[in-house]
Amino acid sequence: MKICTVLKQVPDAEASIRTAGDRVDLTGVTFVMDGMDEYGVEEAIRLREAGHQAEIFTLALGPKRFEEAIRTSLALGSDRAIHIETTDVLDVVTQARVLAAAVRQEGADLVLVGGKQADWDSSAFGPALAEALGWPHLDWTTRLAITGTAVEATHDTDAGTETVRFSLPAVITTQQGLNEPRYPTLPNIMKAKRKELRKAVPADYQAPAPLTQVGGEVIQVKARLNKLFTGEAVETAAQLVGALRDEAKVI
Amino acid sequence: MILLVPEHVAGKLRPSARELVAAARTLSALGECQALLLGPGASAAAVELAAFGVTAHHCEDAGYEPFKADVWTSAVAAAATQIGAKAVIVPATRGGLSYGPRVAVRLNAGLLEDVIEVETDGTTVGAKRFSYLSRVTESVRSAGLPVVISVKVNVLAPAEPSGTPGSVSAIVLPIDPATQRIEIVSQSKASTGGVALDEATIVVTGGRGVGSPEGFTRLVEPLAGCLNAAVGATRAVVDAGWRPYSDQVGQTGKSVAPNVYVALAVSGAVQHLSGMNRSKVIVAINKDKDAPIFKVADYGIVGDVNEVVPELLKVLGKQ
Ligand SMILES: Cc1cc2nc3c(=O)[nH]c(=O)nc-3n(C[C@H](O)[C@H](O)[C@H](O)COP(=O)(O)OP(=O)(O)OC[C@H]3O[C@@H](n4cnc5c(N)ncnc54)[C@H](O)[C@@H]3O)c2cc1C
Ligand SMILES: Nc1ncnc2c1ncn2[C@@H]1O[C@H](COP(=O)(O)O)[C@@H](O)[C@H]1O
Repeated sequence: MKICTVLKQVPDAEASIRTAGDRVDLTGVTFVMDGMDEYGVEEAIRLREAGHQAEIFTLALGPKRFEEAIRTSLALGSDRAIHIETTDVLDVVTQARVLAAAVRQEGADLVLVGGKQADWDSSAFGPALAEALGWPHLDWTTRLAITGTAVEATHDTDAGTETVRFSLPAVITTQQGLNEPRYPTLPNIMKAKRKELRKAVPADYQAPAPLTQVGGEVIQVKARLNKLFTGEAVETAAQLVGALRDEAKVI
Repeated sequence: MILLVPEHVAGKLRPSARELVAAARTLSALGECQALLLGPGASAAAVELAAFGVTAHHCEDAGYEPFKADVWTSAVAAAATQIGAKAVIVPATRGGLSYGPRVAVRLNAGLLEDVIEVETDGTTVGAKRFSYLSRVTESVRSAGLPVVISVKVNVLAPAEPSGTPGSVSAIVLPIDPATQRIEIVSQSKASTGGVALDEATIVVTGGRGVGSPEGFTRLVEPLAGCLNAAVGATRAVVDAGWRPYSDQVGQTGKSVAPNVYVALAVSGAVQHLSGMNRSKVIVAINKDKDAPIFKVADYGIVGDVNEVVPELLKVLGKQ
C-alpha cells in the first residue's frame, strides 16, 4: 500500500495575526505543521505499525518555509517527500488539480489530509482532491480501520456520527479524535535530514489558470464592551440580565 | 441562471434556505434563480420555496437521503449543467462543505467557500469569508463563471417571500450506481433538543468548568430553555463524553454567529473562539477573571457558574 499525507505549514494557533496594507503579514510569526494534518501523518504511521506494508510519502504545496513542516513529517516516519514550491496562493480547485496530478504520478491508495486548514479556514481541499482523482472521500474522520482495500470508518456529520464502509483508493480528511499525534524524537529528526525531499513546481503538473483570487485581507475585530460584573452572585446576575435587557436589548 | 440547493428536513425547508435566496437575489445579474430539492419531502419543500419567486425542481428519489457526497455531487452538477447555471449556491453545512468542492471541480468552477457576503459585476463574483481561525476577513473574487458558493449559515438576512411564486416541477435525476461507493453502516443521531445550534439566535455553551453532564442538565439546559437558546459545548466537554459532537462549537465543530452567545465556564481557547467570535453579543461567566474569554466578551460575570446560573434563572424566571 502507498499512503500519501498532504500537509500545510500554518501560523501557530497562539500566534497573533497582523496585517500590513491589505494583506496578512506573517513576518516573525511562528509556524507549525497544521494540527489537523498531524493527525493524517500519525494515522499513516499507525497503519504501518499495525502491520500494513506501506510506503508513506508527504506531499505539500506552498512556499519554501513549508520545508520545516515537511521535515517534521519525515522525522515522524514518512519515507520521502515532494514539495511543490510556490509563493502563489492557488485556489483550492487548482490546488486539487495540481496535487491530483502528483498523486497519480507517484501512485497512492490512500491520501490523508487535515479536515480544515488553520490558515485559510477551508475544509474544501480533501473533497476537491478526491473529485480530481475520481475517488470517494470521507471527511471529519475519527476512526479508520483498513483490511486489504476494505475500509471501515467513522466520521462526524451535521446530525451526529456515521459509520461507513468503502474501498480504497480514497481521500480521508482527519480531525481531532482520530489519534494522538506523537512528537518527533531527536535521532529521528537527524535521520530525517537524509530522507528524500524532492522539489517541484506547479508547472510540472500542468497547473491550470487560477479560478479565484484573494483581493484583500483585513482584521475586523469587533469592538467588545468588556463590562465585567464582580461580587455576589445575586447582584451580578441581576446586573447582567439588566444589561442584556435594557442596554444591549437582546433578551 | 443561478441554481440553489437548499436543505430541508422531511419536506420542511431549513431556515438557511431563505439565506440562500437572499444570496441569489444579490447575484440577480447572473440571471433567474432556480432551485433543486432532493430526497423524500422535496416536492413539499419546493412548494415552500417557490413562494420566494424561485423556480423549484424537486426529485423525491429516496436515494438522496441520507446524504452521500458522491450522490449529491452528481445530481447537483447535472442540474447545474442542464440549466446552464452561472452560480451554484449551497449552504455551508457539513453536507454543503463536503459536496460543494466536488461540484466545483466537476464544473471547473471557482469555489467561494463559507462566505458571509457576495456580489457580482455580471462576469465575476466577489465574496467575503473568514480566514486565520476567523480572525481575518478576506475578499476573494472569481476569475470568471461559473462559481460554486457555500454560504455560511445564520449570517445573511433571510429573504422574504416575493409577489409572484415560481413554478414547481419534478426533475428526473436517476442515481448512478457508480456513485454508491460509500455504504452507510450505521448512524447515531445526536439529540440537540429543540433549537439547531447553527440556526439559533441565542446559544448557551458550557465548558469544562460546568463540571459534569449533570452540570449541563442543572445549569446549561435550563438557562438555554429560559432563553429559547440552543446548547453548545467546547471540545473539552465533547471529548469527555458529556455532550455529543454535534453540540461542539469551534474550529473543528460548528461555527456560529448568534445574536447572543453565552459562554459558561469556557476558557476561550483560540480554537473555540474561531467558532463564535463573530457573535453579535458575547456573554461570559467564568471564575477566573483572567480567562481569555473575557477579552472577547461584551458582558461578563466573574464568578462560579454553580452560584451565578441559579440566580440568573431566578431573575429570568421573574420576568
Ligand atoms: C486542532 C484543534 C482543534 C480544536 N478545536 C476545538 C473546537 O472546535 N472547539 C473547542 O471548544 N475547542 C477546540 N480545541 C480545544 C481548545 O484548544 C481547548 O482545549 C478547549 O476549547 C477548552 O475547553 P474549555 O474551555 O471547556 O475547558 P478549559 O480550558 O479547561 O476551561 C474551563 C474554564 O472554566 C472555568 N471554570 C471552571 N470551573 C468554573 C466554575 N465553577 N464557574 C465558572 N467558571 C469555571 C475555568 O476558569 C476555565 O476558564 C481544539 C484544539 C486543537 C488542538
Ligand atoms: N473546582 C475548581 N476550582 C478551581 N478552579 C477550577 C476548578 N475546576 C476547574 N478549575 C479551573 O479550570 C481550569 C481547567 O481545569 P481542569 O478542568 O482541571 O483542566 C483551570 O484553570 C482550573 O484552575
